[in-house]
Amino acid sequence: MTALVPTETLELVARARHRRARRWWTVTGVLLLAVGAIYVLSLMLGDTFYSPAEIWGVITGHQVAGASFTVGELRLPRATTGLLAGLCFGMGGVVFQSLLRNALASPDVIGITSGASAAAVFCIVVLGLSQTAVSFIATVAALAAALLIYLLAYKDGGSGPRLILIGIGVAAIFDSVISYIVSRAAEWDLPAAMRWLTGSLNDASWDRILPLAIAVLVLMPLLLGMGRDLELLRLGDHTASALGVPVERRRILLIVTAVGLLAFATAAAGPIAFVAFLSGPIAVRVLGPVGSPILPAGLVGALLVLIADFAGQHAFGTRLPVGVITGVLGAPYLVYLLIRSNRSQGTTL
Amino acid sequence: MIADVAAPAPHALPQRRMGRRALWLVVLLAALAVVAVASVAVGARTVGWDDIWNGLRGMTDSVSAASVSKRVPRTLLAMIVGAALAVAGATLQGAMRNPLGDPQLLGVTGGASLAIVVGIAFFGLSTATGYIWVGMLGAAIAAAFVYAIGSLGRGGPTPLRLALAGAVIAVAFSSLMSAILLPRIDVMSVFRFWQVGGVGGATPQSILQVLPFLIVGFLICLLSSPALNSLALGDELAAGLGTRVRTARLVSSFGAVILCGAATAVAGPIGFVGLVVPHVCRLLVGVDHRWLLPFSAVTGAVLLTAADVIGRVVARPQEIEVGIVTAILGAPFFIAIVRRQKVRAL
Repeated sequence: MTALVPTETLELVARARHRRARRWWTVTGVLLLAVGAIYVLSLMLGDTFYSPAEIWGVITGHQVAGASFTVGELRLPRATTGLLAGLCFGMGGVVFQSLLRNALASPDVIGITSGASAAAVFCIVVLGLSQTAVSFIATVAALAAALLIYLLAYKDGGSGPRLILIGIGVAAIFDSVISYIVSRAAEWDLPAAMRWLTGSLNDASWDRILPLAIAVLVLMPLLLGMGRDLELLRLGDHTASALGVPVERRRILLIVTAVGLLAFATAAAGPIAFVAFLSGPIAVRVLGPVGSPILPAGLVGALLVLIADFAGQHAFGTRLPVGVITGVLGAPYLVYLLIRSNRSQGTTL
Repeated sequence: MIADVAAPAPHALPQRRMGRRALWLVVLLAALAVVAVASVAVGARTVGWDDIWNGLRGMTDSVSAASVSKRVPRTLLAMIVGAALAVAGATLQGAMRNPLGDPQLLGVTGGASLAIVVGIAFFGLSTATGYIWVGMLGAAIAAAFVYAIGSLGRGGPTPLRLALAGAVIAVAFSSLMSAILLPRIDVMSVFRFWQVGGVGGATPQSILQVLPFLIVGFLICLLSSPALNSLALGDELAAGLGTRVRTARLVSSFGAVILCGAATAVAGPIGFVGLVVPHVCRLLVGVDHRWLLPFSAVTGAVLLTAADVIGRVVARPQEIEVGIVTAILGAPFFIAIVRRQKVRAL
């Protein structure tokens, strides 16, 4: 029996698929290298320069004069928090943008990071809880915020635009709670409290990294494993379920995983402005329409946070927190994105 | 016979409507009087009638009478700021034909805040009048910016686009503000109280300084209310009726920008008053802007004064700033509007 489809066509499809896979791997590899390079650079550079050998010495547990403290206690936790938080924000953001099929529907606009942030600032400033407890409560609060927004927006079926607008309203409530608590904080708490308004890596420490690192180790493989289903969901619910995706179950699992990543990152570094918003569109821009954008978006997020934090520390007279830099740098790109998506009447990433 | 029956009909409806409006006006003014008295009487310290009377006459011998004399300017400021924000919201909603028009949601108060911070940090701005001018400038720039971004592309400015543009601009502005404030702890500790929006720092001087601006803004809005009525019919029809669409939109928005820039300069960013009040007033008196704007002014004054009283009472002896109370009361209302509305896809 001869094939129904001519072999040339099959070959063409196979070759195109091959090419797309190769492009995905190339882009991801380049991003991975860039993240690694920036990470190492941010360990090496600063007020004092340390060579890679000295840094390796610190990482492997040797005592290196000066470097053990500067790198081991200051730069390494800071860069690691930035790396992990950027990964989380990037991946969480692109999941929401893909599910809602709207680049503007990122978790920092629709109130999910605000929910995590409000819970975290309440736990820290008012209750004085430890970092692990704060991370978990922030996660619960972010999930509750996501659920609240979803339920409020659900009326004769969900609607993307309505969900976004309701998210903006919910975010306004959380933001006012945050600014109330911050306005009550003691003067010496103020810089720490400001972290919950813009996001900062200034007081990164190992005990703060631990919950975040565990969350990344558990949730990231889970999310990456669902990458293909997310791609199919973007085609629409009917198509996805025809192709064998258990739509509702998969969507809930995706949201819970993404919210978990976002909440742990927010609890560790504050709501770093616009990273969740920007990473997805940038990743898709670089990647083109090939493969799952989750991992590339995470890497772009990490890259953004590391570069912005490095710039904030060294490029200006004073040290600015990373959220301020991403907010200021991100705004023009965002305006451009808004204009472009308006012009194309368009929606997607 | 036919004439007898038919003749009263055209007049009956307006008369009934006039009666209803007058009734509501009386109710609202009574409510304003009640909240004004409550605002003077209630607070961290509860005072008696004698103290209120003494405080009003400027006799500040007892602590209670002294606290009354502090509460009077505060009450006045809450009233005029509430009125200004509500009129600004009603005008913006009419001018942009957008049910979600609110000075804070559209990033206009954010623009005023940023401009004032820049003024304090880089240009040594320190006078109240200076704050007001700079605040209005910032508000105008932000309004133009948000409207331009929101209305680019096909389909013009939909509520969703404007709200998203406003949210995005607000985040960007607050990042810029942090960038300016963080190196200057001294400015920041002053600013953080201003940032949450409150009327607690009111003095008779600050009221007198802001009042001329508010009156001018209010007059501009009121004079453009016939034009707003034609704009509500749609741009083509309004143009057909002889309204200069572009001019009308520009002038009325200018009035709204003056109002919310000046109000923000004196009381900090206060959200949702401009959103909620016009919607409530439309239910009471209909969509005619000539009535809607004055009613919004009175209702806004009632709402903000009431919110200020609530903020003073719920966390005694501490206070919750009025901006936080209005956000917590107003955001659910915003959500309710969104749920009712058929939101056009982006």
